[in-house]
This record gives sequence, C-alpha cells and structure tokens, in this order.
Amino acid sequence: MLTEVVMAGFGGQGLMLIGKLLAEASMDEGKEVCWLPSYGPEMRGGTANCTVVVSDNPVASPVINKPRTLVAMNRPSLEKFGPKVRSGGLVLINSSLIDVNTGRDDVTEVLIAANEEAQKIGNDKAANMVILGAYIGIMEVCTLDSVIKWMEHQFEGKQKIIDLNRKALERGFELGKAAEVKV
Amino acid sequence: MARVLMKGNEAIGEAAIRAGCRFFFGYPITPQSEVPEYLAKRFPEVDGHFIQAESEVAASNMIYGAACSGTRVLTTSSSPGISLMSEAISYCAGTEVPVVFVNIVRAGPGLGGILPSQGDYWQATRGMGHGDFRILVLAPNCVQEAADLIMLAFDLADKYTNPVMILGDGIIGQMMEPVEFGEMVDPETLPEKPWALTGAKGREPNILTSLFLDPNVLEALNQRLLAKYRQMEAVEKRWETYNISDNMDLAVYAWGTMSRIGKTAIDELKERGIEIGLFRPITLYPYPYEAAGEVASKAKKLISIELSTGQMIDDVRLAAPGREVNFFGRQGGIVPTPEDVRDEFLKLIES
Repeated sequence: MLTEVVMAGFGGQGLMLIGKLLAEASMDEGKEVCWLPSYGPEMRGGTANCTVVVSDNPVASPVINKPRTLVAMNRPSLEKFGPKVRSGGLVLINSSLIDVNTGRDDVTEVLIAANEEAQKIGNDKAANMVILGAYIGIMEVCTLDSVIKWMEHQFEGKQKIIDLNRKALERGFELGKAAEVKV
Repeated sequence: MARVLMKGNEAIGEAAIRAGCRFFFGYPITPQSEVPEYLAKRFPEVDGHFIQAESEVAASNMIYGAACSGTRVLTTSSSPGISLMSEAISYCAGTEVPVVFVNIVRAGPGLGGILPSQGDYWQATRGMGHGDFRILVLAPNCVQEAADLIMLAFDLADKYTNPVMILGDGIIGQMMEPVEFGEMVDPETLPEKPWALTGAKGREPNILTSLFLDPNVLEALNQRLLAKYRQMEAVEKRWETYNISDNMDLAVYAWGTMSRIGKTAIDELKERGIEIGLFRPITLYPYPYEAAGEVASKAKKLISIELSTGQMIDDVRLAAPGREVNFFGRQGGIVPTPEDVRDEFLKLIES
C-alpha cells in the first residue's frame, strides 16, 4: 500500500495541520509516513502545501512530483497541482471556493463544498476537517477513529474546537463514503 | 517508547537532550530555527541552559568555552552561520575539545537562499576552518537517523575530543517522520574528563589552548591529531548500500536526501529490468573509500547525484581511480524529482 497526497491551499486554511493528522493517524496504525512542507518566504494569504506519503514500506523519496492524489482547497492550488496528478488518481476539490475542475478525463474528481458544510456545522474554519474526513472516506488510508484521536491530541484542552472538528471530520467522512469512488 | 511524528529539527533537539546535552548556544537561521525553538521550550524541563547569542560568532565561542568545562554542548546553524563559526571550530579542534555542530545546509554561496542544498560538502569535509585539522561528519537521510546520529555524535566527540558535525539539508530539517528515541543518558553518569577545566582544587591546573608558539610543541599536536584521524579512518566509517548486485548497469553515489530520491528512481527502473545499485556514505569524513570502490567494481557506469554542482564526486573519483564518474545535480534550492533522476540514469545507461 502506497498513498501520496499533496494538500494545498492558502496559508491559514489548515492544510499543514490536516497533512500532519493524516500522517500521525497512519503512523499510529503501523504505517511508514513522511510529511514534507513547502517552506519558503511566504506572506499571509500566500499558498501553502504539504506532501504526505503513507506506505507499508519505508518511504524512499520524500519529494513527490506526480502524486496519486490531490486535495485542492483553493483555485491556484488546483491550477498548480491538478495537471501533476498521476493518471488514474484522485482530485478532491473544495467546490466552495473553486468553480472550475482539472479538465482531465484520466483522473477521478470529487467535489466537496467544504466551507459550506463546515458553516452548517458551526464554523467554516473547519473546512479543512471536512475535506480530510472526505479524503479518509474515499481513500481509506487510515481509520476515522485514529484521525479523531490525533485531532483531539492536537487541540487538547480546547473542547469547543474538538467538538466542532469531530463533527466536521464525521460529516466529511460521510460525504466521502457517499461519493462511492474507487481509486 | 512509542514512535512520534516529529520534524527533523525537533528530533535533533530531543536527541541532544537524550544524549545528555544540557547546553545550547545558537542564533536562529532558516531552515534550522526549529532546533533552538524546540530547545528553548524543552530545556527548562531538564535543567538545561539555552542562550540565544547575539551572533553565530558569539554562539560558537560560547560552545568552545562550555566544551572546555567538559560538558556536552551543541549548536545548530545553517550555511552562512556555520561559516561564521568556522574560526571557533578550528579552535575547538586545536584545543581538542568535544563539540557537536549541526549544519542544516541551505543554498549558497553568500546569503544564498533558504531552500535545501548540499553545497557545504567541501566545507565540511575539506576546509571547516583554518589550519590542519579534520572533523567527523555524519550525514542522515531521514528523521530517525538524524536522531540516532546526534546521539552517536556526542559519543564520538567525547571519544576523539574533536568537533563532530551533522550535515543535513533543508528537507532533513523540515520534514516530519516517525522517530523513536534511545534511552535518556544521565549527564552525571558520563565518563570523567580529566582534561576538563573544572576548578583545580586538589590537583594541578589543566591548561586548554590552541596557541603553541613553540613549533616543536605544535608539530607534536599536529602529529597527535593525525593519529586521531587515522584512527577515525580505521574504525568510524559508516555507509549503506541498496540493491547491489554483481553486474550492475549503474552505481549511484548519493548522500542525505538525494539518496532517497535516487532509491525511488532505482525501484522504478528495477521493474523494467535495469539493475542499479546505490552507495550512500553516512560518514562523509572519514569517507568509506574501500566500500565505495567495491561497489564501483561491480558496475558498468558510475554517477554521483547531489544538490550542488558536484562536490562528493571528488571522493567517488578517489574511491574508483581511473573510472569515469558522471554527475547529475540541481542547485539554488531546487530539488530534482525522482523522474528527473530516473531520466538521467536512463540517458547515461543508454549512451
């Protein structure tokens, strides 16, 4: 089993965090993982992305040019990374903020209105958790329970945030399952 | 202890604590600033001493001073900062005190950029300061190994009373991977250092200096250092090989992050029936020439892949005299993808 995902959006959307949660939850379930951030001079509102590799075997290259999957939280991210996804891969699009698609017919696209779904739960800042839940629901990289456990660890002592994030993860997971996609 | 997910820089900080290090002097610089950040937070819990110095020059001389007292001491920096420390590193080598330096290399020369590079290979292995000296250089290629080599670095520094450097690149510092730490070393249980400056109560004073105006005394020091380096060359060489066979189309030489990018390319080409082996030095000094040469003897062609314009290639040539050594690298902070490396391998094999 080998999964590579690029998670991309603008700074502040919490992409680095959901990448870390995916890596921690997968590590907890015995997988080998690697999380690599884009680091460089960025300003608030600039782009942010991380690459996560989850594998049964030790991870060779942490640098992934053509990921199997992409989580795009804003349009510049989809435009930058959409063309790079491997043929047969998955592109998860935050349709709340992105009104286009990749224009490719060799990848599976799933649209999740992450901001709107998060807003319905209580706060659109949890859009990152909705999209992570959806990603787990589709790809089954690790269990939802493990992700929730590490999310709770991350926000220890902040019960309101934990409750919001849990609902957002669960809602996203449902949407991911409902998409009935096999990648 | 269970595995935890940590950045390379944070793991370096935690491993130093585990190794019994309680003194850190440094100055922030990307891409290693998470090391001082981590230790500033963590040191108070273990009665450690953290000082953010006014400059790298000051930090490195604080290291020198602390090392003279016999305690385990660390500094971390990135390329331009390490250059500023080079005077003190030479003094530490001349005075024969154990210190651990970490260089999380960024692209240069000059202030350069903040993205990953391996452009300080020559500096670390050939010219880490003025005078006639060597330092042990250890190069991890993952977060676990970064932690393990930090623990080892403190032991080696004490064993040889010599500076030891961990040489990584921005990716080693910034990426997160699972890591499991060794047992906590109690600083009180470390072997005595009779040469240290601990107050001369009840004994003759120790003198630690790197100033020797009598040429005969200085030459004796040079000869003593040389004997130490010969000993390091005899017993401290470390390396890893991957997918070595007797009739390889190509042998790849890479250290640090580049070795992992190379592995992915090797795996992909193996599926097409192309046999490529990898040689990765873990000690850059002492360089494992014999093992590197043996790998070369089993391959039709050789290539060194680096995040520089070609520096380790000099050591590959020394390991395989008479052989043509090819090169592929990117600079400026650009990291080649496994596809770039694979295409380069193919081009070379088919030429």
